[in-house]
Amino acid sequence: MKFLLQRLAFYLFTAWAAITINFFIPRLIPGDPVTSLINKFQGQMSTEAINSLYVLFGLDKDASMWSQYIDYWGQVFRGDLGLSFTFFPTPVSEILGQSLPWTIALVGITTFASFMIGTGLGVLAGWRRGSWLDGLLPVTTFLSSIPYFWLGLIAITLLAGQGSFFPSSGGYEPGLVPAWDSEFIGSAVRHSLLPAITILISSVSGWILSMRNMMVTVASEDYITVAHAKGLSERRVMLSYAARNALLPNVSGFALSLGFIVGGTLLVEIVFSYPGIGYNLFQAVGAKDYPLMQGVFLVITISVLVANLIADVAYLLLDPRTRKEG
Amino acid sequence: MSAPTSTITAVTPDGPEVEVAPVKRRRLRFVANPKAATGLIVLGFFCLIAIIGPWIAPYDPSGRSSDLIQPPSGKHWFGTTHLGQDIFSQVLVGTRGVMFVGLLAGIVATALSVLIGVSSGFLGGAADEGLSALSNVFLVIPALPLIIIVASTIPGAGDLMVALVIGLTSWAWGARVLRAQTLSLRRRDYVEAARATGESTWRIITVEILPNLTAIIASGFVGTVIFAVMSEITLAFIGISTISEWNWGTILFWAQSQQALAQGAWWWFVPAGLAIAVLGTALSLINFGIDEFVSPRLRSSGHTRVKTKDGRTVRMRVGFTPVLTTTGKGAPVTPVVRVDEVKGTVQ
Repeated sequence: MKFLLQRLAFYLFTAWAAITINFFIPRLIPGDPVTSLINKFQGQMSTEAINSLYVLFGLDKDASMWSQYIDYWGQVFRGDLGLSFTFFPTPVSEILGQSLPWTIALVGITTFASFMIGTGLGVLAGWRRGSWLDGLLPVTTFLSSIPYFWLGLIAITLLAGQGSFFPSSGGYEPGLVPAWDSEFIGSAVRHSLLPAITILISSVSGWILSMRNMMVTVASEDYITVAHAKGLSERRVMLSYAARNALLPNVSGFALSLGFIVGGTLLVEIVFSYPGIGYNLFQAVGAKDYPLMQGVFLVITISVLVANLIADVAYLLLDPRTRKEG
Repeated sequence: MSAPTSTITAVTPDGPEVEVAPVKRRRLRFVANPKAATGLIVLGFFCLIAIIGPWIAPYDPSGRSSDLIQPPSGKHWFGTTHLGQDIFSQVLVGTRGVMFVGLLAGIVATALSVLIGVSSGFLGGAADEGLSALSNVFLVIPALPLIIIVASTIPGAGDLMVALVIGLTSWAWGARVLRAQTLSLRRRDYVEAARATGESTWRIITVEILPNLTAIIASGFVGTVIFAVMSEITLAFIGISTISEWNWGTILFWAQSQQALAQGAWWWFVPAGLAIAVLGTALSLINFGIDEFVSPRLRSSGHTRVKTKDGRTVRMRVGFTPVLTTTGKGAPVTPVVRVDEVKGTVQ
């Protein structure tokens, strides 16, 4: 329990740091692109909306830094992230609310699947060192060196196209209205297959490699020799003795590499025009839509923090040592 | 200074030779690792292209011609773009930007990680708490979105700016690993001995501790270069950094925005993507070489099958007692592998 509270405190601290970074980025950089955007939409925006943008981007030069900071926090807590210019006049929070479920479904499921598959293969590769499974390593190294988005482009060229089973872009058939019926869900699943496979192929090799290295290290520990000497079956030694202990660093590695993976998957969304957060970021960058960009960064950071917390709970369940005091 | 040195060599003529030989062998041991050797050769090739690329490029990468969207041919090795630009020249010229950003960001991030990681591990106490909290925060915040936000806010970010942004945001992983290793080195006997003889803190850090962190620093550097190259190409691909400077990401940016896929122009994005993948693989191979150099257990295969005197083969595995099947006649022999306890670090 103490462990969990410590982690919780750390994540709150990180969330504070991320929001503060978000506060300072537009203020530290010379020039202010937002004013020109506001001027462009002059007359179409309410005073309230303009005010909220002033607070978010520090356009009000008279206010002190400290009072700007307090106002900023108040606004973030109310969920007011300003108006998006790309989707004028929709508020940023509304756009993010629509695209977040898509990203969580795609990235969450594929990351979890890639972790499970990669760890499983890594256990085998580490245990049967020197067998043909070692031949897998150079292949996976090569695959992991390919940028996610390029693999996506290749996948579209080879597999998608006119009359193919795999659609090349979008999250569902253009004519459908999002609803919980079989037609829509079927279409959504079909559209997510190719992006999911792309993410899976490029992210799985990292897990294979780290798990293999941990297995190799664990396999020469004394307790493994003892387990062998007791005459336990190979399978039991491999899974219950070696793999269980080799898994721990991999789980904490999962938490740490999540930030990198999320970065990569955003690009897959861009390539496939998938209606998630990554595609929003792409649109925002193209249109210099700063409120949307900042909102995307905040939401991604908070999601990664939550995912980290979940990984910590998993660690807690796997490692009895952390539960000792509780 | 030169005079005394020459007298020393004159007195012991074969002195230097004795000293040089073991050093040479130890260096060769790293290069002799096939993974590291392959990686180094490929990396050297890309560095060469980065230097001479703009001179050997057959065409001006931005120069237009009337050959629009031509597939690869003898005239244009990698085909042409929608404006008739030669893609082979673009790849050659673009290598410089990629290598420059990768190496510069790697140097910046490595310097920061050594500074923060080693001092937090060595100093301990409140400084350690603060610095490791800082690096943990940077680890958890997703780096790529942060880089995108920062780079897009800076107007007209060129190669130098992109390299600095990447370097300043991606030092945390290295700092964490270095801190852990410094913590374990700090209480070793030889460091205590150095402290007891009254060496200054600065000297202990640079002379006693840093040399033992070389492998970790090197592998962190290579890892950061991989990440920096990927990030830079990503930034160019989504159109944040200036598109006036050529790099592989810029080629992909144009390929994507001109619907190269829909036109079936595979040659437009395949060469640049393959170049990225090959460079990334080479860097990873160097890293595996460093890992295996430090921690011999990780070396894959090697001589796993050993022939015994009576002609049977046994599979050797580290940590396992090889068992001979006793189908043949004669007493069973049990060879035992002894593994040196090498305390390597596995990330």
